[in-house]
Amino acid sequence: MRVTQGTFSFLPDLSDSQITAQVQYCLDHNWPIAIEYTDDPHPRNTYWEMFGLPMFDIKDASGVMLELRACRERYPEHYIRVSGYDRSPGRQTTALSFIVQRPTHEPGFRLVREEGADRQVRYSTVAYATDAPVGERYGRTR
Amino acid sequence: MTEPATDASIDLGAAFRESRIQELLDEIDRELVGLAPVKARIRDIASLLLVAKLREQAGLATERPTLHMSFTGRPGTGKTTVAQRMAKILHRLGFVRKGHLVVATRDDLVGQYVGHTAPKTKEVVKRAMGGVLFIDEAYYLYRPENERDYGQEAIEMLLQVMENQRDDLVVILAGYRDRMETFYGSNPGFHSRIAHHIDFPDYALEELLDIAQLILTAQQYHTDEGSRQALREYLQLRMQQPHFANARSVRNALDRAKLRQASRLVAAGGNIAASELSRIDAADIRQSRVFQGDGAPGS
Repeated sequence: MRVTQGTFSFLPDLSDSQITAQVQYCLDHNWPIAIEYTDDPHPRNTYWEMFGLPMFDIKDASGVMLELRACRERYPEHYIRVSGYDRSPGRQTTALSFIVQRPTHEPGFRLVREEGADRQVRYSTVAYATDAPVGERYGRTR
Repeated sequence: MTEPATDASIDLGAAFRESRIQELLDEIDRELVGLAPVKARIRDIASLLLVAKLREQAGLATERPTLHMSFTGRPGTGKTTVAQRMAKILHRLGFVRKGHLVVATRDDLVGQYVGHTAPKTKEVVKRAMGGVLFIDEAYYLYRPENERDYGQEAIEMLLQVMENQRDDLVVILAGYRDRMETFYGSNPGFHSRIAHHIDFPDYALEELLDIAQLILTAQQYHTDEGSRQALREYLQLRMQQPHFANARSVRNALDRAKLRQASRLVAAGGNIAASELSRIDAADIRQSRVFQGDGAPGS
């Protein structure tokens, strides 16, 4: 099951040149870029690990792509996303964030029904991948 | 390699005008005094780049020309200024995407403990991507007397970047000529990756005076006959002293002259003509310690 989230979630995965163009758009708007990765695909998992520091003072997207390549090499089977943060007053939020890498095999989610008092049912989703501990979920990590 | 289908003629003049390089070259001519050999080299390089670009458009075999450069010369001879202009030229011709200049020295590249250097160097390189990385006094990166010096790590990273990210980054190394030569001698990797070696000559006295005039005009000050003569004598003395840094020394001397001018005016008080506010008097220059004969530099 293909997990989607963030900007461009309705599109097929972006190619490297498309990613470069999007990153350049962020940099042109003075939004520092951060690269984040995770192997917990739950949609409510908002706190991803950051790869290095947020990148301030970068003018050209190739600097970010350099870092992204390093991250992909380090975590070839993780989800990786790129986010641009707009620090201007009044906004101060993530302006744009999109997935730039996903595991080759995404097993998807199990629906769990928990029966409570008065025959009330609570639903939750559990990713099959999260049965394994962090770092061992989608295969190899270098 | 296949020949291009047609032997279309190429209007070099139009391409040259279109690239708007001439403006930049004129600007360099106008704003930089002297430096004739440097200007000639910049012109050569600009032509080379233009031809390389046209060849690419004509579908001829092109390998992106190596653009890394080495600027050698004594302090204050305009290396950084020229590097800035060079970044603009490269940008105009489309060899770098952004055309900004990032100036770095050893302190910005080399870390203080194990594992500190690589991220630091990478940080600077990332910032410079799409523009020009100017490494001032590059020879400090290499310290042969300490074999565990982290500078070596920075050198290796830079070499790697100069080779692999050639499309993203142009590196300019700068420093004193003799020390740069020793540096290249012990790091042949750098020497072979650098295509253009430009040597910046020292300024002659007349050129220094022109520079002084240029600086003063830009700041809306003016000199009179006496202060021009004082400035000439000052520079003659100052040039003999150690730590003479060409144009930078001139600028510093003028800054101090303005300071003396200001305190002279304030001390005198009373009514003065408005033009007095922008006139540098001979006394403002002659008060310098250079004339007192103790020769302390930076005075």
